[in-house]
Formats: sequence, C-alpha cells, structure tokens
Amino acid sequence: MRKAIYMIGRGLVFLTALFFALVFVMPTLLTITNSFMSGTEIAANYGVVFSSLSSATTYISDQVNLKFIPDQVSFSQYATALLKSPDYLLKFWNSVILVLPIVVFQVAVAAFAAYSFTCYRGKLKEVLFFFYIILMLMPYQVTLVPNYLVAEWTHLLNTRWSIILPGIFAPFSVFLLTKFMRRIPVSLIEAAKLDGAGEWKIFSRICIPMCHSALYSIVILVFIDYWNMVEQPIVLLSDAEKQPLSVFLSQINSGEVGLAFAVATIYMVPTLLLFLHGEDYLVEGITYSGSVKG
Amino acid sequence: MKINHAKLRRKIRGRLSGAAFLAPSFLGAAIFYILPFGVVVYYSLIKSPLVKEFVGFENFTNVLNNSSFRMAAANTLKFSAVAVPLAVILAIVLALMLECKIPVKSQLRTFFLSPMMVPVASIVLIWQVIFHYNGVLNNFLSIFGYDKIDWFKSDYGQFPVVLLFLWKNLGYNMILFMAALNNMPQGLLEVAKVEGAGPLYSFFNIKLRYLSPTVLFVTILSLINSFKVFREVYLLTGSYPYESLYMLQHFMNNAFLNTDYQKLSAAAVLMAAVMVVLIAILFVAENFFGKDVEG
Repeated sequence: MRKAIYMIGRGLVFLTALFFALVFVMPTLLTITNSFMSGTEIAANYGVVFSSLSSATTYISDQVNLKFIPDQVSFSQYATALLKSPDYLLKFWNSVILVLPIVVFQVAVAAFAAYSFTCYRGKLKEVLFFFYIILMLMPYQVTLVPNYLVAEWTHLLNTRWSIILPGIFAPFSVFLLTKFMRRIPVSLIEAAKLDGAGEWKIFSRICIPMCHSALYSIVILVFIDYWNMVEQPIVLLSDAEKQPLSVFLSQINSGEVGLAFAVATIYMVPTLLLFLHGEDYLVEGITYSGSVKG
Repeated sequence: MKINHAKLRRKIRGRLSGAAFLAPSFLGAAIFYILPFGVVVYYSLIKSPLVKEFVGFENFTNVLNNSSFRMAAANTLKFSAVAVPLAVILAIVLALMLECKIPVKSQLRTFFLSPMMVPVASIVLIWQVIFHYNGVLNNFLSIFGYDKIDWFKSDYGQFPVVLLFLWKNLGYNMILFMAALNNMPQGLLEVAKVEGAGPLYSFFNIKLRYLSPTVLFVTILSLINSFKVFREVYLLTGSYPYESLYMLQHFMNNAFLNTDYQKLSAAAVLMAAVMVVLIAILFVAENFFGKDVEG
C-alpha cells in the first residue's frame, strides 16, 4: 500500500515535470516547425494577429492557429532567406565576425587574469576581484553609457570595434575562470615551482590544461550571451549594414513572420550544436557561477 | 641580511609577474568600463557637458522628482517584486522535482535550458501570437466567457512579461539549485529519515537551511536579470509602451535617444548605487550563511 502511494506520487511528479518541460521547450519547437510553413499557411494561421500579413488575395482564418505541424512542409521561407536575399547571410556573417573575436579574446584575457587571481592572493587582489564581480553584475543600462562615451572619444563609434573591444574585457569570464582555477590544489603548483618551473610553464602546462572543461563551458556561456545581443549593436552600430543578425532579426517586420521563423532557426543552429555537444559543460559552467565567493 | 634580500627580491618579482598577468584584463576593464563610469558620475554632478558647472545633487533631485522616472521606478519595482520571488520559488520546486528519481531526467533538464538559445525575435513573435487581442490566450479564455483584452495595452501588461521572464530564467536558476541539493550532506538527511522526519520536515528544517546561500544568490541574480527583460519588452512594445509596462530602462533609453546626458547619468549612477548595495548584501550574507552552514 505504502509502496503504491510512493509510486503514484513519483508518477505525478514525473508528469508535472514533463508538462512544464514541454511548455518550456515549446517556443523552440514552434520556431523550428513554423519555419517549414509556406507564406500562405502562415498568413492563414496568424493573419488575425499580424494584420500586415493580409492582402486581398490571402485567406485568413478568423481564429489564430498556433500550430506545431505544418499542413504541408515547405522550404520556401528558407529559399527566400538563403537564396533570394543575400542580406541574411551577410548579417549572419556580421554576427560571426563580431562574436568570434569576443569569445576567443575574452577567454584568453580572462585566463591570464584568473591565473593572477589564483596564484597571487592578497588583500588588494581580493578587493580587485570584488570590483570585477560588481562590474559583472551591472545591468547593461549602466555599462552602455560608458561604452558609448569611450567609443565616441576614440572615434570607434559605428565600427565593429566599439562592440568587440568592451566585449573582450567584460569581466564575466574572469570571474568564472578564477573560481575554477582556485580549485587546483595549491600543492600541485608549489611542487612545480620546486621543480624549477617558471611562471609561464605553470600557467600553460598546469593551470590551462586543468581548466580545459571550464574553458569550454565559459566559451559556450559567452557565445550564447553575445550571439543574441541586441542592445549593444543598436546603440553602438548605427550603420545597419554592420549589424548582426540578432538585431536584424528582431527588426524583421511582422509582415514576414514566416521568414522570421526560418531565419531564427538558421540563427539557432550554432547555439543548438554547442548546446547538444556540450550541455554537461554548460551545466557545469552554470553551477560554478552559483556563488560570489572565490 | 643577505637572505632577506633574496627573499625580498623574490617577493617583488612575484608581485610583478602577478600584476603582469592581470594587466591586460585590468587595463581593458579600466579603459572601457571603470574610467568612463567615472565620467558618468562627473556628468551627473555638472550642469551639462557644455556648461561644466558643478551643481551638486541637482540632477539627482530632478530625476527623483521626475514623474516618468517615478512611474518607471514603481513599475520596475512592481515587476521585480512579483517576478523575482516566483523565479526563486519555482526554480526550487523544479529542482526538487528533478531530484526525485524520475525517468528521462537529463532530457527534461535540456528542455528547461532550451530558452537560453532561442533568438529574442522569435520569442517576441510567439508572445504576440499568444497575448494579442485576437491571440491564443484570449480565444482560450473566451470559452469560459471572459472578455477579450489587449494584454500588452492593459493594466495586466506585466503578466505576459513575468511569464516571459520566468520562461527565460527558471532553467538557469534550477541548475543552481540542483547543484546545491547535490552538495547537501546526505548523511544528515539519512539520519533525519531514520528518526522519522517526513519529507516536509526535512525540506524546511534541513534542505532549506543548506540552500539558503543559493537562495540569496539566485535572488540577486534574478533581480539583475529582471532588468534585462527590457530587451523583450522593448521589442514587443517600443519606446513608449502602455503605462503599466514603462520600465526604468525605457526611461534611460529615452533619455539616451534624446541625448539628455544629465538625466541619463544621474539615473545610471542611482541604478549602479542600488546594485552595489545589493551585491554588498549578497557578500555579507554569503559569508554569514557560509559560516553558519559550515560550523
């Protein structure tokens, strides 16, 4: 009897968890499946919501239809996005050349800083580390103004550097990597020192290899963050030609809902691959961000 | 004396190379964040960038007395007061559910993290389909005889945004709580169980106590993330939304677009000050709880 109650309880917990999980994954699924709908189907389903979809000839259902499965699988949206308008591919490339240098150099700069925070601890270092944490937790609205001012003074406004340079020195990686590195046993570093290893050797042969899973999880987290950036490019890059797809996508007018879903799906591919490939690293990275103590 | 000399030299060399490793990051942070923020503070204390006359706290009192700032602050406060506790409590519930021995746990975890990768644009579209006047939710509610409302242009405008916030952030928060639950001393829970403690007792008297540092961290993290939801609100409703959705970030964004640097800097400094206080509380409390739990 008791066992039966236990099993029923567990079943209920599972069903509730499953229900919520499905609700959470729904927008992702909707984005992907709706990208395979033809323009006419999109108009029929969502015409009552996005009035700009309608034209004299299109059929519009009088009730909105949030559908998962297209009536007919169509690649027409993809054809438009990839073949007919080179804009999207260009913007995708813009995203790549903005985000890749940020990820690579932010992690590299952070690796040095984290090494310093790990091997040379003292009052001053703790104060500095606290400073980094404050900086990390500041909302965009606070840091964007300083970023804008610097870009203006250095005449970098409206160039990619106005986003890349502040991105490289963003403190998030320093914080997370320091927390990982401080878990390397001190005895290991001491032993290497006694064996006559220099700074550079300790850094490159001990600390970096031992943090390699951390580096991977930080790369994923930083990539996701910058891949979907909107605020920074809007403020710092007034030139539409240089803007990343994340911004361009959010400005696709509501008359092209189907196209927006297709482009969003294309845009999700790199994140999706990183996600499926490195989910455990991602979870590990999140776990380590879980407290502010070093 | 000679030995002391060598020791001193080694110490200095250590300090120097420690500084060298930190230098690229620190210089960059100083140039791109710290020094310009100093300028923002300076701007908040002068009359205008052209008339560099020191005016004390005039800009601050102007902002604090500004009616749209007050409305924005009240709305932001209201939003955070609802969204943040929900983001913490629901994340604990989810973490506890996934902690039970249920099947396909890691797939469920993936589902909960999936919002991290969805581009904001497609979310905005989907939220419009759901909460539009002719949208899915209104159709559903009309079955039960409720009148249709335009959610984003109503006093309930914050409701869809709270849902959006929860959808985006619960997965991350849940992972943090799952990690904390994993680190819990299992022995203690076993003993409690043997001595006849029910699941509710062991949750409130043992687990919650060990979770308290994480609760605090997640609260502050969610508070910070609640400022980030502006991105979605802005894309959904533009620069001047319905009153219930006019947030602090709208205020700052509009001050920026109107190049009203005085208003903007004062608001930014105020916001930064609030954040610093929050983070300081986090630090003190984490030290306090940390000792409590360890000892």
